Amino acid sequence: LLIAVFHYYANCQQIMTRTPLASRSFSHGKVETDEEFDARWVTYFSKPDIDAWELKKGMNTLIGYDLVPEAKILDSALRACRRLDDLASAIRILEAVKDKSGPHKDIYPYLIQELGPTLAELGISTPEQLGIDKL
Amino acid sequence: ARVMLCRAALGRVGLWRGLCSSSRLQGQTGSELVDCTVTPYLCRLDTPLSDVPYVRDLTNEQRALKEKEKGDWGKLTKEEKLALYRLAHKQSYCEMRQGSSEWKTVLGGVFFMLGFSGLLVWWQRVYVFGEVPHTLSPEWIEKQTQRMIDMQVNPIQGFSVYWDYEKKQWK
Repeated sequence: LLIAVFHYYANCQQIMTRTPLASRSFSHGKVETDEEFDARWVTYFSKPDIDAWELKKGMNTLIGYDLVPEAKILDSALRACRRLDDLASAIRILEAVKDKSGPHKDIYPYLIQELGPTLAELGISTPEQLGIDKL
Repeated sequence: ARVMLCRAALGRVGLWRGLCSSSRLQGQTGSELVDCTVTPYLCRLDTPLSDVPYVRDLTNEQRALKEKEKGDWGKLTKEEKLALYRLAHKQSYCEMRQGSSEWKTVLGGVFFMLGFSGLLVWWQRVYVFGEVPHTLSPEWIEKQTQRMIDMQVNPIQGFSVYWDYEKKQWK
C-alpha cells in the first residue's frame, strides 16, 4: 500500500510540475528525445480552452529552458494567444525568442520565416514591424 | 509666493520627509503607497509574460481597444498594436537590455572624492603637521647608515650585502 501511495505521489508530482525529462540526465532512466519534448509542448499550447495563466506559465517555463523553442511550439503558443485575444503576449513571445537566441543571430530570422504564414494568418506584427526592436 | 514655489519644487515628498528613516513617519508620503496585496507587474528578460498587465486601470478608449483586440488582428493599425503592447508591458526587450551611463557618474564621483581627499591630505601636511623628527635629517641618516654598515646589518639578504667592504662603496 505504501509503495502504491508513493508511486501515485510521484506521478502526481510529474503531472503537476511537468518536469521535463530531457533536462534531468540519469543513467538509469529514459531521456526524452527532442521530438517528444516538442510534441509535449505543442500539445500543451494546443489545449483548446487554455487559460491565460497556463499560457503565461507555459511560456515563462519554456523561456527558462536552455534552448530556443522550435517553430511548431511557437506556432502553437501564438495560436493560444489568439484564442485568448492577447496580441501583446504574441508580440512578447517573438521578442523573447529573439532575446533567447543570444549571439546566434540566425535563429530568429529563421523562426520568423517559418512562422510567416501563421503571423500573416493571425495578423500578428513582428517587433521589427512595430519598431520596438530598436530604442 | 516663494514658499509655494519651494513646495512645488520639492515635489510630492518634502526633502526631509524623504530622508527620514524613522519608521513612524516612513509610510506617510501619501501618494507613493504601493498596494502590496496585489500582484506586482514584473518586467524581466527571463519572464516574458508577467502575471498582470502593466496598465491595469483602463480608460474608456483603452477598453474599446481591448474590445477591438477580440476581433481580427489584421484590422488593427500599427499604432493600435503598439498601444496594446504598451498596455501590457512597461518596457520592450530592447529597452530592458539597454544599460545606462550611470557608471560614468559613479567613476567620476569616485575620482573626484579621491582627488578631494588628496587635497585635504596635502593641506594637512602643510598646515597641520609639525616638523619631522631630527632623526630624519640628512646628517643623522648619514651617520645612521654608516653605523649600520659598521654593524653589518642584514649581511646575507638585506642591507650590508649591497656595501662593498673592500672598495668602501655601494655595489
